[in-house]
Amino acid sequence: MSFHPKMAYDATFHRSARRREDEGPPFAYTAENRARFDEIVKRYPPDRRRSAVLPALYLVQHQHGYITANGIRHVAELLGITRADVEDVVSYYSMFYTKPVGKFVLNVCRTLSCAVNGAERVTEALSTKLGIKPGETDPTGTFTLMEVECLGACDRAPIVMVNDAWHECVKPVDAARLVDDLRARGEVVLSGCQHVVERRR
Amino acid sequence: MDPILTKHVREPNSFTLDFYLQHNGYEALKKALTLKPDQIIEMVKASGLRGRGGAGFPTGMKWQFVDKKIEPRYIACNADESEPGTFKDHLLMERNPHLLIEGCAVGCYAIGARVAYIYIRGEFFHVQRILERAIDEAYAKGLLGKNILGSGFDCDVYVHRGAGAYEAGEETALLESLEGKRAQPRNKPPFPAIVGLYGKPTAVNNVETLCNVPLIVSRGPEWYVGLGPEKNGGPKLYCVSGHVRRPGVFEASMNITLRELIEGHAGGVRDGRTLKAVIPGGSSVPILLPDQLDTQASFDAVQKAGSLLGSAAIIVLDDTTCMVWLAENLLHFYRHESCGKCTPCREGTDWLHKILRKIERGEGQMRDLDLLSNISANIAGKTLCAFGDAAVTPVVTTLKHFRHEYEAHIKEGRCTLSADWRARQPVGAH
Repeated sequence: MSFHPKMAYDATFHRSARRREDEGPPFAYTAENRARFDEIVKRYPPDRRRSAVLPALYLVQHQHGYITANGIRHVAELLGITRADVEDVVSYYSMFYTKPVGKFVLNVCRTLSCAVNGAERVTEALSTKLGIKPGETDPTGTFTLMEVECLGACDRAPIVMVNDAWHECVKPVDAARLVDDLRARGEVVLSGCQHVVERRR
Repeated sequence: MDPILTKHVREPNSFTLDFYLQHNGYEALKKALTLKPDQIIEMVKASGLRGRGGAGFPTGMKWQFVDKKIEPRYIACNADESEPGTFKDHLLMERNPHLLIEGCAVGCYAIGARVAYIYIRGEFFHVQRILERAIDEAYAKGLLGKNILGSGFDCDVYVHRGAGAYEAGEETALLESLEGKRAQPRNKPPFPAIVGLYGKPTAVNNVETLCNVPLIVSRGPEWYVGLGPEKNGGPKLYCVSGHVRRPGVFEASMNITLRELIEGHAGGVRDGRTLKAVIPGGSSVPILLPDQLDTQASFDAVQKAGSLLGSAAIIVLDDTTCMVWLAENLLHFYRHESCGKCTPCREGTDWLHKILRKIERGEGQMRDLDLLSNISANIAGKTLCAFGDAAVTPVVTTLKHFRHEYEAHIKEGRCTLSADWRARQPVGAH
């Protein structure tokens, strides 16, 4: 592309720039995860085990924190597909991490409905509090800050997804406190939607 | 109209089987199992139920197209609710999961499938847990599994978790993802009704669509048709978000107007501001202007007004919203979510976003506006799925209605609107 100058942000931004640098330690499912995997595979026809690749990768990520080349190899062997097939999937979906992430991954929704309700300020507040930019992990390895696209809860904007749970209607002034609360008390501080529906109206 | 789908969503324990059975739950499944599968398809056809996921295609027709000669057949429920502004399926699954399970079972019976996969987006993990609990409850009561209610009909329902891909909401990309591949669309035809999951006939239906099926079976298609304007029957969930006092999901018949939804149900524009524009069906549809607010919020009326009802995700924007920023924000989304299969979309969304960023920063030139139109015209209609058309819509529609804002950015070298809206506090849901 030559029609206008190259911009700094796209050197690290594009999906093709994701690389896996880390083979990781030898990987095999724990007995518990293996049992869970065997149960999940039964949901699909016997000749279609490949369908279980997403749940299988979630198990790897749950066990190891992120997905290593050895994790990919293990899944490929269990499903009877090639490592390239698994890597194809890992590199496509945005919820698989191929690098170590913090204990709490703070995903701030940045799309329209959250953005018009102050999501940019929430990101800024978290960024200032943690001293890191979106996409980075803090030096203690506790928090990773990410900006993500629409999370599908625009009525409760702005949304911060922390690992697999949600924190809703986050005010920029409260964002810094969220960090302290998470550090002190863990995920119980989140206002996940299933707990608040009853309180509305 | 009194809510039907969301009648009990604000009551505690509305997601449990006991609660659902107390409110005539699974009566439609019992009734359906006494009928012939073809009779159910005829009922759904007579009801005129249109797909709630975005395209508005008649569900009865879709089910009729499913090739009944080939075994096995599947239902894939599309719960990959990712269109910006849409959050209706989330509420249904979170607060009324048994309605969806019943809809899946009735649908399976109608098209002769034994397995339904609910493809839920990865970010809805808390909803997935509720749904899986509900499925376990249904198995324990013999409402799913082998020989349901002694009828000889077997049906399994499984939840399949996605991993963060907007494109997986496209029906053929969903099937690819369910097969364990990248969520990239297939060439159509053949449609999934003929060659779908694992190459077998498959009906791909939205969550809200399947939730309507038990209502049609238990109350009859005539009742359903009578609920709304012609060809737009039944209850509809509307998601209203953006600059409104009370964002949320509202259920109404499609007789309702956009004005009643925005000014009535959602409490009007917040902070005493005035309305600038409305996106009536999720980020992929053209903008409507304030003088079009009296448009009926039905598939046909919104289309006549120059937009689409889509997933009925109404995003309200007030007079402080910069339309160049809006296009930039949405193109950031589309650029990130483009699956990369078709070149015009993969490269074009990136180009559009770069140019919009440049204009938004005040470094644009007048010729960039023609370039935007040109690139848009070379994406729309030139891709395998509707993503290409969706991705250029924010650019095309803002250029059409708000070209003066683009020109002001270029002339002034900055955004001329005060940016106070970015610092606003959330109003909270209700």
